[in-house]
Amino acid sequence: MNWFLALPEIVLAVSGMGILLLGVIKREGATQLCSMLTIAAFVLCAVLVVGNSLGSAFEGQFLADPISVFAKLLIFAAAAFSVLMSLDFNERAHIARFEFPVLVLFASLGMTMMVSAGNMMSLYLGLELQSLSIYVLAAFARDDLRSAEAGLKYFVLGALASGLLLYGISLVYGFSGSMDFGGIARSLTDPAGVSPGVIVGIVFIITGLAFKVAAVPFHMWTPDVYEGAPTPVTAFFGTAPKVAAVVLFARVMMGPFGHVLAQWQMLIEIISIASMILGALAAIGQTNIKRLMAYSSIGHMGYVLIGIACGNAAGFRSVLIYLVVYVFMNLGAFAVILAMRRRGEAVESIADLAGLGRTDPALALAMTVFMFSMAGIPPLSGFFGKLYVFLAAVQSGLWGLAIIGVLTSVIGAFYYLRIIKVMYFDDAAPAFDRRAPSLSLAAAAMGLFTTFFFVLPAPVMNAAQAAAKVLFG
Amino acid sequence: MNQAGFPLLSLITWLPLVGGAAILSMRGDEEVIATNARWAALWTSLIVFALSLLLWSEFDRGEAGFQFVENVPWLPEFGVGYRMGVDGISVLFVLLSTLLTPICILASWEAVRRNVREYMLVFLVLETMMVGTFCALDFVVFYMFFEGVLIPMYLIIGIWGGPRRVYSAFKFFLYTLAGSVLMLLALLAMWHSAGTADITVLLRTQFPTNMQYWLFLAFLASFAVKVPMWPVHTWLPDAHVEAPTAGSVILAGVLLKMGAYGFLRFSVPMLPQASAYFAPLIFALSVVAVIYTSLVALAQTDMKKLIAYSSVAHMGVVTIGIFTFNTQGIDGALFQMLSHGIVSGALFLCVGVIYDRMHTREIARYGGLAERMPAYATTFMLFTLASVGLPGTAGFVGEILVLLGSFRVNFWLALLGSSGMILGAAYMLYLYRRVIFGRLTRADLQSILDLSPREIAVFAPLVLLTLWMGVYPSSFTHFFENSVSAMVVQHRAAIEGGSRLAEQAPPRLISGMITPVAQSHAAQSMVR
Repeated sequence: MNWFLALPEIVLAVSGMGILLLGVIKREGATQLCSMLTIAAFVLCAVLVVGNSLGSAFEGQFLADPISVFAKLLIFAAAAFSVLMSLDFNERAHIARFEFPVLVLFASLGMTMMVSAGNMMSLYLGLELQSLSIYVLAAFARDDLRSAEAGLKYFVLGALASGLLLYGISLVYGFSGSMDFGGIARSLTDPAGVSPGVIVGIVFIITGLAFKVAAVPFHMWTPDVYEGAPTPVTAFFGTAPKVAAVVLFARVMMGPFGHVLAQWQMLIEIISIASMILGALAAIGQTNIKRLMAYSSIGHMGYVLIGIACGNAAGFRSVLIYLVVYVFMNLGAFAVILAMRRRGEAVESIADLAGLGRTDPALALAMTVFMFSMAGIPPLSGFFGKLYVFLAAVQSGLWGLAIIGVLTSVIGAFYYLRIIKVMYFDDAAPAFDRRAPSLSLAAAAMGLFTTFFFVLPAPVMNAAQAAAKVLFG
Repeated sequence: MNQAGFPLLSLITWLPLVGGAAILSMRGDEEVIATNARWAALWTSLIVFALSLLLWSEFDRGEAGFQFVENVPWLPEFGVGYRMGVDGISVLFVLLSTLLTPICILASWEAVRRNVREYMLVFLVLETMMVGTFCALDFVVFYMFFEGVLIPMYLIIGIWGGPRRVYSAFKFFLYTLAGSVLMLLALLAMWHSAGTADITVLLRTQFPTNMQYWLFLAFLASFAVKVPMWPVHTWLPDAHVEAPTAGSVILAGVLLKMGAYGFLRFSVPMLPQASAYFAPLIFALSVVAVIYTSLVALAQTDMKKLIAYSSVAHMGVVTIGIFTFNTQGIDGALFQMLSHGIVSGALFLCVGVIYDRMHTREIARYGGLAERMPAYATTFMLFTLASVGLPGTAGFVGEILVLLGSFRVNFWLALLGSSGMILGAAYMLYLYRRVIFGRLTRADLQSILDLSPREIAVFAPLVLLTLWMGVYPSSFTHFFENSVSAMVVQHRAAIEGGSRLAEQAPPRLISGMITPVAQSHAAQSMVR
């Protein structure tokens, strides 16, 4: 048993408990310290992930392969930046408690387990650890009615989805006789002889996972939770858990269920098309920027699902590339949203951005970059995400998905443009408060990444290519 | 390397961004920044123009292929590279872009007072995107520049535009984007089928005829919006009317050319069978554009709108020329594009001059300007006549060549296409009469001033070029003659070689679109 492969997770878990203890002992003023330690733990674990050897441990339950390395680095980056961005906001919203970074840490631990899962059991364990931490985070502003509502809503619906997932897993286990991804794949090598029970199980698993990635028609919780949760939590929601859930989704569909592609491809296609259309249309009428980001994320998940629907190496590769691009531009956009604060009060209406181009040109420039990038306009990074997804669709002959995808991206461009319009074309609203240095740092870093991704995209592409080789050797 | 000995095209493409970065880093109070930004932008664009003159002198006019080629691996596993190069078709558009940018910056010297720093910045970004579009030799790189143009142009219209700027900016952006994304799909299909996005390779790849039809339609969606062709031209008058003067100049001078350039670079040489098949459709749309928009122009009361509609008509002549597939037609189309770039740009500048003074573009608000502004009246007259196509001016050469080319295709096409010249004379001279001639009756026009030295500096190079192109056109046609005749020869060969292929089934639906690479190679060897 090679437990050494799980060293990053073990270190993360131990440091999580250590930070928790520290917070309890120190009580007053420990938040800042705990947050910094959490970020340090993420950095340390990222280094460990890169340095660690690859292989499978715990009888195939835990996989350390290029896929998990890729996803973990992305998760750590997203989580670290979320913690960094939360510092100032939580302080001012009087929710600066040391549990916040610790919860983010444990949620991230769950995510790393998810992306490393090689077995339905470890998959479910990771997923639940992540979900439970996130339910609490959603309700973190416990005196705020909206936050409490968001937490409860997310918990009830999330628990239902987990139940469906578990039921699906049990069906698949019952009919295929294995919990192990490799074992399931072996038992399904002959697509003609697949029992209906497995198919039903797959449908339930897709349902559960589609809920986690917030794809239509399992998206209803997203706008409310995004809006109700404290903004730093929303920033975290929109990034790291999405990475984990999507990578898990892709791995499960293309790994154990890869042989029965014909059975589930249509399902994913429908979910993808519905997500793209809803994401594009429903966002148009929004006035709250967090709700808008919720619909935007639904749309983005639709594009990611195109990659999964392809069910081949090109598709898997495009999913990973899209996630990188998506995470960084989303974090950047949330850094800007967190900076929206007037006379000490956080504001979150789109109209509050009016005239930002004059009152704070740097922030407006950053937001412009993120919005154009989300709309998929070259040369910004968002274009490359879409480019590879559509390339995969074209290579797989999924013309319907590709055509609907590009058309919804035009519709989607409308509401991203609207934000730019509000910032530059409208009359100026009063200026925002001075923004915290941590937010400026995050927005600048993400802005530079999004803008200059095109200069050197090869490392990301090659890493994604290497990850795709794991499943399609 | 290339004949310049250093990556000249990259330098021309990216240097504006360096200037932009310098402008972005300026500190101080607003007035100082504005002044510095203007000068920085002007000097940057002048240096870029000086560099691009190297292209003019070093370009080997006898060579039909690509020159100044640069090739840097970018995504080698995917067959995508940062490839730059120009041939006879594209080189003059690079020069056109680098010429018009300093002129635009000079023209906005006093007209733009708000957010000067940002204005100069987006203009330099726009220059990078325009030059890059014409230099790119990789389809993905081309698409990045082609689409990237939308960002600065959207901001230029939206921030510094007129009262309905928001509507126009959105319309411009979404129209163009909707067309372009379909081209993206075609791009992906070609990329997948040929295994590379290298334009020089794609130019030699024979795509299956069934696939060509679909690819052509996707390209048409993008380029027809950009050109713009009737009936997807409606964004253009709006965008022109609301854009600031310099924005209109770039829009008419360079951006419209991107669509026609796309036809010449991609549709005609890469999809010969489909181009031949769809040529009648293009002719029909172009003829409608020429006649219909000329008539619409006749009825306009807004000067900019009138010139915008005239642009649609002139570009209709260009698309007719391209799809005649003979040297006269394509040479004429290219010449017409260049002359239209200069002349319509200059006409928008002419409107800008009086707009800056009177803040209205209503034709009825003017009259008798010749009394107070003789220099302006002379300049305006030259460009009006060039737009009409008077022999001796730039506009004549292109139209006559296209006319010759289209005669060889079809008499009626030539007749209907040339009716644009007559209608053009009608609406342009009618405009000129109402604005310049007559009696100067309005009180506020009594004190209007003639061209300032800065404005003379803006117009001087354009006047010079208009006359030069009209009197001695061969110094320009030499650039593209060889490339065009090579293209025409290749097109003929492809059509004749492909006639056996063309006997296959008519275009089938989606299932027939993607054909394995092997088959296209087979088709290629058949042609050889």
